Amino acid sequence: MNKRESEGCSRRNADAAQEHDLSANPPSSVVAAFKVFQQELDTKHDKYERLVKISRDVTIESKRTIFLLHRVTTVPDAEDILNEADVKLDGVRQKIGQIAEELRGEDIYQFHRAFTPGIQEYVEAVSFLHYIRHRNLISLEEINARLVFMKTEKADPKGSAEAMPLGAQVLTFQVTPSDYLLGVADLTGELMRMCISSVGNGDIDTPFQLSQFLRQIHDGFSYIGNTGPYEVSKKLHTLRQSLGKVEDACYTLRVRGSEIPKHMLADVFSSRTTLIDPEEGVV
Amino acid sequence: MSVTEMFSYIQGFLSADQDVREDIRKVVQTLEQTAREILTVLQSVHQPSGFKEIPNKCAKARELFCTVRTQIAELKTKFPVEQYYRFHEHWRFVLQRLAFLAAFVVYLESESLVTREEVAQILGIEVVREKGFHLDVEDYLAGVLIMASELSRLAVNSVTAGDYNRPLRISNFINELDSGFRLLNLKNDPLRKRYDGLKYDVKKIEEVVYDLSIRGLAKEPEAAGEK
Repeated sequence: MNKRESEGCSRRNADAAQEHDLSANPPSSVVAAFKVFQQELDTKHDKYERLVKISRDVTIESKRTIFLLHRVTTVPDAEDILNEADVKLDGVRQKIGQIAEELRGEDIYQFHRAFTPGIQEYVEAVSFLHYIRHRNLISLEEINARLVFMKTEKADPKGSAEAMPLGAQVLTFQVTPSDYLLGVADLTGELMRMCISSVGNGDIDTPFQLSQFLRQIHDGFSYIGNTGPYEVSKKLHTLRQSLGKVEDACYTLRVRGSEIPKHMLADVFSSRTTLIDPEEGVV
Repeated sequence: MSVTEMFSYIQGFLSADQDVREDIRKVVQTLEQTAREILTVLQSVHQPSGFKEIPNKCAKARELFCTVRTQIAELKTKFPVEQYYRFHEHWRFVLQRLAFLAAFVVYLESESLVTREEVAQILGIEVVREKGFHLDVEDYLAGVLIMASELSRLAVNSVTAGDYNRPLRISNFINELDSGFRLLNLKNDPLRKRYDGLKYDVKKIEEVVYDLSIRGLAKEPEAAGEK
């Protein structure tokens, strides 16, 4: 609304200015040229806004999926929850299909900033689901393989830009390695939460599995170090904290496990996490 | 794929990316050097003696643009063409400077606004994205805005040098530019910030024109005086 109003307003001003110019010096090629620029810029901005909107939807739905997955305990309905999450993620993929549609024939990096938050959140959700099912890390290829739209044909896995003109029916979306990396960094936070809550549920195997997995991811991030994008180093700090919490949990399980009845361990953890939590304010 | 394998794959990708950026940075540095040389040549038009030598200076600048063309050709070989925007920020600044310099040369020669096609031609690049290394419309507009502030300076200095007609022509030109820019719906981005500076350039030139007309120094005050 607002935009349209201001648009109309500026156009009126411009028209007035143009008439003024016309009286001064008849052929105003400048104004004609700027009309073209106006159109070009508007088209670009509109596309950008549409992408931001879709990206926000992707973020919200992915977040909800993650919350849903946190409800998984070892109770028998786990499979139901996982299937429900799958359905939700299918919806998210449809949305990403819309992004791919918008980006058809465009340079994906021109609009990358518009949709990167959504994609990172999607990577987080999809890798969380994958971990709960298979207990390992989803690879970038596996994620990208599921982001082929319209037809199930396998598209050229290298760069969506080349793949698109091949067949109009096949539309692919490629998660960039940096988006993948940042999504995985967020995943570790979810795994930490899962670890703490699984202790609360009396599950004492999961924390050990998780701490091992988190350690592997941590080693991976240390290996990448500062060659990655700037955000990675920021997330590495949070990752260290998550790892510390999980390792502490495992430590306590070992030390106290023999002394205290299992159902009482939850109290020990809730007090430990409150001890650690205030540090998060520093980040 | 194990976690370690996955991370070493990503690491491979990232270091390849860094190598490309390193290469681009090197070429962009030489490009910046040339841009500075052109600017130095053109700056002398602000000197009182420089006003008589404008065509001369422009010819010299045109020569230097040949170097720019070869350097941009080299830049093109450093990365896959469809990934233009991935590395855009590396050359965005220098491309805006070059667009400004091209626009300035064209203004000094013909006192008209350079078209985007002309800039692209001077720099040896394309206009539309599909055809390869191109001039983004925002970079072109940013270059034009840099020129506007250069022209407001030129108006002041041309009065000092005793050329009382030039400010009037500049005033006409800038006003036209201003009405052009008012057609655009800019977002809150760097281009918008730069555009916000245009009104000060307009104001500056109007003041010069006012000073001239109130003293009767301008020959045709009705042409642009009250704008």
